[in-house]
Amino acid sequence: MEKIETVSEMLIVSASPHIRATRKTSLAMRVVTIALLPALIFATYLFGLRVLLITIISILFAVGCEALMQRMLGKKITIADGSAILTGLLLAFNLPPGVPWWLPAVGSAFAIIFAKQLFGGLGYNFINPALAGRAFLMASWPSLMTKEWLTPVGGTLSGIDGITTATPLSLLKNPANYGNPEIIIRQLNDFDTIRDIFFGRIGGCIGETSALFLLIGGLFLIFLRIVDYRIVVGYLGSFVLLVWLLPTQGSVLFHLFAGGLLLGAFFMATDWVTSPVTKKGRWIFGIGCGVITVIIRIWGGYPEGVSYSILLMNVFTPLIDRLTKERVFGELSKKGVKK
Amino acid sequence: MLTRFAGGVHPPEDKNTEDRAIEVMPAPKKVYIPFSQHTGKPAKPLVQKDDEVKIGTRIGELDGFISASVHASISGKVLGIVEHPHPIVGTSLACVIESNNSEDWIGDLQTDQDTDKLTRTQILDAVKEAGIVGLGGAAFPTHVKLSPPKEKKIDTLIINGCECEPVLTADHRLMLEYTAQIIEGAQLFQRVLDARTLIFAIEDNKRDAGELFRKTGVEVVQLKTKYPQGAEKQLIKAILKREVPRGGLPMDVGCVVHNVGTCYAALLAVKFRKPLIDRVLTVAGDGVKRQKNILVRVGTPVSDVIEYCGGYVGSPKRLIFGGPMMGIAQYAANVPVIKGTSGILVWQQAKMVEEGPCVRCASCVDACPMGLMPTEICSHVRNKNFDMAKSYGVLDCIECGCCAYVCPACIPLVHYFKYGKSEVWRKSKQ
Repeated sequence: MEKIETVSEMLIVSASPHIRATRKTSLAMRVVTIALLPALIFATYLFGLRVLLITIISILFAVGCEALMQRMLGKKITIADGSAILTGLLLAFNLPPGVPWWLPAVGSAFAIIFAKQLFGGLGYNFINPALAGRAFLMASWPSLMTKEWLTPVGGTLSGIDGITTATPLSLLKNPANYGNPEIIIRQLNDFDTIRDIFFGRIGGCIGETSALFLLIGGLFLIFLRIVDYRIVVGYLGSFVLLVWLLPTQGSVLFHLFAGGLLLGAFFMATDWVTSPVTKKGRWIFGIGCGVITVIIRIWGGYPEGVSYSILLMNVFTPLIDRLTKERVFGELSKKGVKK
Repeated sequence: MLTRFAGGVHPPEDKNTEDRAIEVMPAPKKVYIPFSQHTGKPAKPLVQKDDEVKIGTRIGELDGFISASVHASISGKVLGIVEHPHPIVGTSLACVIESNNSEDWIGDLQTDQDTDKLTRTQILDAVKEAGIVGLGGAAFPTHVKLSPPKEKKIDTLIINGCECEPVLTADHRLMLEYTAQIIEGAQLFQRVLDARTLIFAIEDNKRDAGELFRKTGVEVVQLKTKYPQGAEKQLIKAILKREVPRGGLPMDVGCVVHNVGTCYAALLAVKFRKPLIDRVLTVAGDGVKRQKNILVRVGTPVSDVIEYCGGYVGSPKRLIFGGPMMGIAQYAANVPVIKGTSGILVWQQAKMVEEGPCVRCASCVDACPMGLMPTEICSHVRNKNFDMAKSYGVLDCIECGCCAYVCPACIPLVHYFKYGKSEVWRKSKQ
């Protein structure tokens, strides 16, 4: 047998495919961050530069803790992928604008260190880090997390005195604390009030106030297919249906636009890592979030239910994935017909 | 009419050579003809060192049911039967023939047989004799595909002119330049299979080809340009809404799919007794001077093909046989063109990507045309949990590459699936 002829070229070999789509993880993270910027700019306009300061502290601590943890664990430092920036930004969005400066720092550190890096970093965390950070702060400093609402200077909620220090949802939950319950409820469902809620001229967390800007950013992400429509539609759809069916004093539009629902449905529940990968699973996940949010808002102790509903569903994600395997092409059911 | 299948992707088409007519590349000085160019058992060598061969001399005889004969593509002297780099399996036995610079064909080449008079068996034998295999890429012996078991009644024959791989334009050119021959070849197949319906499937980025076929009165289905539209199962689903069962073949749903190039080659085989000794392929990429569609002899070393196309631009880092989605990266520049080679891509850049962690974005699940969960299978393969990989359907994977194409973390999913499949097969053999 002859010897195999050798070749001079330095050819590089790898498995197919040999071309790749341009949408890399880091690009997607950046696009999500950009989609959140209009809401951030608007919040800065409403509550002042303080908002920017809190956001920057939150992001700096998130990125810093990520680098520190990766260094301590002897891993490659991957802060350039933009995921820590996004976590910091989302955590800031979930804080009242009047919180002391150290609160976002502690929240970000908890989110990155305990909820993300200790579970293996990006892709391995089972709950949304930003929401875990928020839950940690809620449990540790409940008064700071629920009382530091600032008056929006860019506009006021017309006609209701005293609402400037409460969010519309806390007004709805305990109207008696703020005056005549009947009048407050009526005014909350007023067209003018709902318009203010939609445009964001209300008290609330930094990122949740403007339904309009969140909608713009969220729809942009759905258009780019970075955010899956199934989770958003499942979440908002089941939420609207239940609010409409169940006894609550707020109108459907009021519930839809008030509080963190849109922020949660578009930007938090749709987190890639912590939501199911199957198509059916994403519907179930979204619907589950909607159901739990309504239960908390109507019967629970908190005026808001978005963050806990998402965290709860995060925990169910592996189970949902296991129970909702995709139907393989050509798979037949036991009866021999297509499923 | 636009029909569809679930999943799939739409990479940039980059079909830069679609306007370039097929050129005939002159016979090379030396050819390396592997005995295994098809799915199934390698052919048995029939020649030995110093034998004189002519163009079309049978040098390898089919061995067993799923196998195909191999023929000399130039006339000259056999230098030996050697281990030589092979575009798919690393190295394999190949017959080296040195040209005597003549174009001597074997004697029994007939001219223009009246194909209408041929019986079913005669057509089948001619196809089998000529060593025809599927030219779409998988190189499955055509005579086997044309002889389904009696209980499998075939009602529809689909001729695949999708060419859904980006860059490649060889089938497109063939459809434009040899329309009548492809149709005639397809009609022979239809007669052999006794299929009621004959459908030509063409993507809507090749409307000109679709028009040409439609004008002759045959049934053309225009399909959405989407990868992998040309994959058998997806094609059948898109056209007939039938789903080939898991682990099954198209004949299980009364269907057979053949590539347009195969029809052309088969017609020449039946009409002129011409064995499969050459094929049309696309040469493209930024690493080659002139991008072309050319007719190349089987066994031609790729270096000769590049030389014919004006040589390399710079120093090539990548040499791919096939398209960018499913093609196979080559390690040697002297690998020969084989029957299933649909294209040669030469790139100056290696386009290396760094693999990141899976972020569970589910893009792969949405893109998979087989309804699999690539990320799940991948993690089972990585953990060497092959039973789980199997239960999640690793064997159903058609290696189309959609999942790896869309993966934002650049995980080489197909690589893991190929490994996973080989391990599952190895375990089941034990």
